[in-house]
Amino acid sequence: MSYFEASARTRIRGLVDAGTFEEFCPPEMRQTSPHLARLNAPLSFDDGVAVGRARLSGHAILIAAQEGRFNGGSVGEVHGAKIRGLLDRALAERPSAVLLLIDSGGVRLHEANAGLIAISEIMRALLSVQAAGIPVFALVGGSCGAFGGMGIVTRLCNEVIMSEQGRLSLSGPEVIETVKGVEEFDSRDRALVWRVTGGKLRRAQGDATRLVEDSIPAFRNAAAELMERYRVHSLPEKSLTDLLADQERLACRNMQFSNARDGQEVWDATLSDSTHVPELSSEEFNQRLLER
Amino acid sequence: MEKFTLTLKSVPAKSRRTTLCGVVSSGNLEVLVEPIGMEDACEIEVSTSAHGFRDIWEAVLNDFAKEHESGGLRLSINDAGATPAVVSLRLSQAFEIASGDAP
Repeated sequence: MSYFEASARTRIRGLVDAGTFEEFCPPEMRQTSPHLARLNAPLSFDDGVAVGRARLSGHAILIAAQEGRFNGGSVGEVHGAKIRGLLDRALAERPSAVLLLIDSGGVRLHEANAGLIAISEIMRALLSVQAAGIPVFALVGGSCGAFGGMGIVTRLCNEVIMSEQGRLSLSGPEVIETVKGVEEFDSRDRALVWRVTGGKLRRAQGDATRLVEDSIPAFRNAAAELMERYRVHSLPEKSLTDLLADQERLACRNMQFSNARDGQEVWDATLSDSTHVPELSSEEFNQRLLER
Repeated sequence: MEKFTLTLKSVPAKSRRTTLCGVVSSGNLEVLVEPIGMEDACEIEVSTSAHGFRDIWEAVLNDFAKEHESGGLRLSINDAGATPAVVSLRLSQAFEIASGDAP
């Protein structure tokens, strides 16, 4: 089943062991957005995110899934509090991993400052979870991708599992076009948008740690495999030297590609063979990345 | 948003699982089904962004209560401008899930 086309709840059902999902703040609690209500805008009983505990291949996990079709998966006050609360809970429950199924354009503009604060709280909580030795995985394969503050949250995660359809960046294509003009970025050129923000580009650059096919079982297998790896080799603590090395690597990357205008230029530099990349299956792509 | 609640006569429901079905997005709606302490009627709470269509809602919801054994259920709807056909299909889907006929 396609991960891209599935709803947030269908993704959870397909990822976790059958019958193990136990939802926190379920829809019947009606924890809806007070801001949307004041604006007289449509509400959702779960404010666009489902959070809870489950098992995946037997491992205890905490999981959050954003619903991209409700206001673009945007993070409002309640939506953000649910994710932040889930991360706080990880400190007490100590699951094998926290899985964030990100499908979001970032802050919910209707909720302005409350949404921005919610995102920063998520970031802080995420760092605490990692500091406690619990890995956090981002899964990105929905129609909204991971943009704005949720793009940053994604990059804070220990692992980023993406499909080609998933996108990851900070400012969305329409935002860039509005601010900088169509000569800078044509947001209607969908092939260009995916070459610049899509899963294959992000994997080539190392922002995504896994590239998988657009199917729920493929995401599940990748998450299960990574969880097994973290069980054997626990989360390494990063020293200052490690962080400086990361910074150095990113600075080099920035230099190398500062004039690049298209994802193709990155593929040319990172793959053994960079022809017909958009047509490759994730397996063929991963093979070419390995051969380099 | 336009809001109203209807209580409609219906045959008692056999199974009463709490379930959420559908997503609030343009031209779509979510339906939350919950058990309530009634036997021969269902309660339907509508919150819709499309104002002035209460007559059509009542027609669609009356058909639903007649065709489905939904006594003892509360259906809460968040709607973002779905057409009557979409509403009708979504209600049937929610009912099937709540009565355990679908995953």
